Amino acid sequence: MSESVKSKNRGLSLGTRKFLTNNVVTILFVLVGLGGLKVSGLSIPFFLDDIINRVARNGFMVLALIIPVLAGLGLNFAVVLGAMAGQTAIIMATHWGFGGIGGILLCVVLSFPFAYVMGLLTGKLLNKTRGKEMITTLILGFFANGIYQLVYLILIGTIIPMNNEVLVLSSGVGLRTTIDLTDGLKFGLDNVVKIPLTLFSVLAGAAAAAGAVIQYLVRRRRPLGGKARLNWMVAGLVFGIASMVWGVYQMLNQSMFSFLRVPAVTFAVIVLLCWFIHYFTKTKLGQDMRTVGQDSHVADVAGIATDKIRVTAMIMSTVLAAWGQIIFLQNMGTFSTYGSHENVGMFAIASLLIGGASVAKATISQALIGTVLFHTMFIVSPLAGRVLFGDAQLGEFFRSFVAYGIIGLSLALHSWKKRMQGKLK
Amino acid sequence: MTHDNEHGADSGVTKIFGALKSFGAPRLIIIGFLVILWILALTIKIPMPALFSDTLIRLGMNAVLTLAMLPSITGGTSLFFGLPLGIICGLLGGVMSIEMNLRGFTAFFGAIAMSLPLAVLVGLGYGWLMNRVKGSEMTVGTYIGFAFVSLMSFGWVTLPFHNPEMAWAIGKGVRVTVSLEGRFSGILNNFLSVTIAGVKIPTGALMFLTLMCLLVWLFYRTQLGHAMRFAGMNPKFAEASGINVNRMRILGIVISTILGAIGILVYAQGFGFLQLYNAPMYMGFIAAAGILIGGASLKSARISHVILGTFLFHGILVVALPVANTVATLGSLAEISRAIVSNGIILYALAQKGGES
Repeated sequence: MSESVKSKNRGLSLGTRKFLTNNVVTILFVLVGLGGLKVSGLSIPFFLDDIINRVARNGFMVLALIIPVLAGLGLNFAVVLGAMAGQTAIIMATHWGFGGIGGILLCVVLSFPFAYVMGLLTGKLLNKTRGKEMITTLILGFFANGIYQLVYLILIGTIIPMNNEVLVLSSGVGLRTTIDLTDGLKFGLDNVVKIPLTLFSVLAGAAAAAGAVIQYLVRRRRPLGGKARLNWMVAGLVFGIASMVWGVYQMLNQSMFSFLRVPAVTFAVIVLLCWFIHYFTKTKLGQDMRTVGQDSHVADVAGIATDKIRVTAMIMSTVLAAWGQIIFLQNMGTFSTYGSHENVGMFAIASLLIGGASVAKATISQALIGTVLFHTMFIVSPLAGRVLFGDAQLGEFFRSFVAYGIIGLSLALHSWKKRMQGKLK
Repeated sequence: MTHDNEHGADSGVTKIFGALKSFGAPRLIIIGFLVILWILALTIKIPMPALFSDTLIRLGMNAVLTLAMLPSITGGTSLFFGLPLGIICGLLGGVMSIEMNLRGFTAFFGAIAMSLPLAVLVGLGYGWLMNRVKGSEMTVGTYIGFAFVSLMSFGWVTLPFHNPEMAWAIGKGVRVTVSLEGRFSGILNNFLSVTIAGVKIPTGALMFLTLMCLLVWLFYRTQLGHAMRFAGMNPKFAEASGINVNRMRILGIVISTILGAIGILVYAQGFGFLQLYNAPMYMGFIAAAGILIGGASLKSARISHVILGTFLFHGILVVALPVANTVATLGSLAEISRAIVSNGIILYALAQKGGES
């Protein structure tokens, strides 16, 4: 290697290099996504429409994973239980004939006690299986699936009375395999307000720019991190203004983009959850949780009720997962009674990891970026598979390989890293 | 036994209680459940001989897969959720044997012979990885297994297998299920099979199982086997006494992978089909449940656990289906009880004290 190249490499600032090594997974997926998008030949408006929908319906569930990571419980595969609670509420609401936003709110309320109890039990179980939390939540998901099937395939109609020709199988026992929400909860949340993407872009841009300025002004008096704060403000302003300009431009041009509609309320709910998680980490309980997550021995010594905190984290995650599943299903409009929840945990966890999170650290931005990237791959891989290999199925195999592989890989890397650190100590 | 009698009834009772306790509550519940199912089957007049033959056939089919859990547990890497890796090696052997147009015992043992080198290689790689992720073997193993299964889906589509029995009539790749009719379907089950009082005994399969257990048992009698068991039980002591613990862990995994490859071929000959693509994905959990039901824990297991566990677990599944169908047409009850029992027992094992790594 010549001297000039070497110095150039050194010229790459330490920060940049650190950024690259820390985000190698995310960068890789950005490249794969862009490549796949190009190969698949999808038009950008069509792709945007799909990705907006997918982020709206999956974002909440991915965010539900953050709190257990904070509490040191790792990736919570048991969000599947939360999803079951959400589906239980949806089945009840559909059975009683509720729909629209009222129905959604009813589901939110109905799912709470189920999710609470499941989270409580999961947390108690995890306190008995310390050090093996993730495999426990994984197996617990399978176990709960058995119970779920027992209830809805066998107990409905035999022990739990339910008279509903639409929902129950003709034999009178067990629910049908698919439940149609078209005349009820479908788009209950999405359709409250749907605004054009262009307008949404202007509004979001304005909010981002205003937020950046306000944040800067409010915190100006604090002593530390002046430069970083300024950078953040500039970034927020640039993004906000760019987004506004783009929106206005497309609006005036009447391009394809101006026909896209964004489920504004769903996004508002997601933003609200982001804000809640951000706020929660600053509360006493959030700080305690972080301490427990970092070192439960230290937490014990500091007088924090470790076991209780862990249970609380599981309850919160499970309840959020239940609501996430409600958002997911109202968008899908139809759900597979015995299948909709099965892959929920895997897809959400893969999303989070692709965003650059690990078993021990996950942030809101990682969750959101990961959701976008994972679902980009979801959209493009069958199409890219057809173009590249003449077979859409190969793309689907690739998709599930990536989902499983990314989870396996990051679990392995995390454990490997932890062992190396342990050796160094 | 005469000594026990001299101590009087009191200590006899405590001994019985002690024995029951070490036998474990879940085992008692499961045995009770099986007995209840049998009584139910008797009362609703399900032909018992057929049930017993099915139970024996299932035992022969599944026990080698369950046995694959044993070396991994005793080698110190806990439950072998990477079992799908071994299974895929076995399936590759089976597919190659059909591609080479082998039939009968040649096909079966040919398939095993071809899958062995693959299994050793895969086992070495997997073992290498497991030594880097100590403490998270089960979670990482599960997802490595899943990833490998979906990666192999590419393989089944793209590998150059041309035998019309396996290939799709249109398009590329191997079928989802490949029939073994005329190849090695039932080759062990029907070998020297006799019918006693209406119960058809799959002599060949049980003989093969005995042979496998004997080989494993003999292995544990060798110095290497002793060292492996010691390394698994107490890695720190073993390291101090000059045993290479990491190498022993890899050894356990390699043997497990080999047994997984052989196990799936034994399973396939009984089932009559090779199941490719996603089929191997959850087989690791079934096998793990089998050995745990038999009395194993995350850290210790014996051959008797394999046999007892497979018999109980698959015995329940065999009886549950006809009983459920007769009581009410609840066809899915067998599948549901499998999910609940198998995952429930794994959770129970995880929640036991001392299973931590």
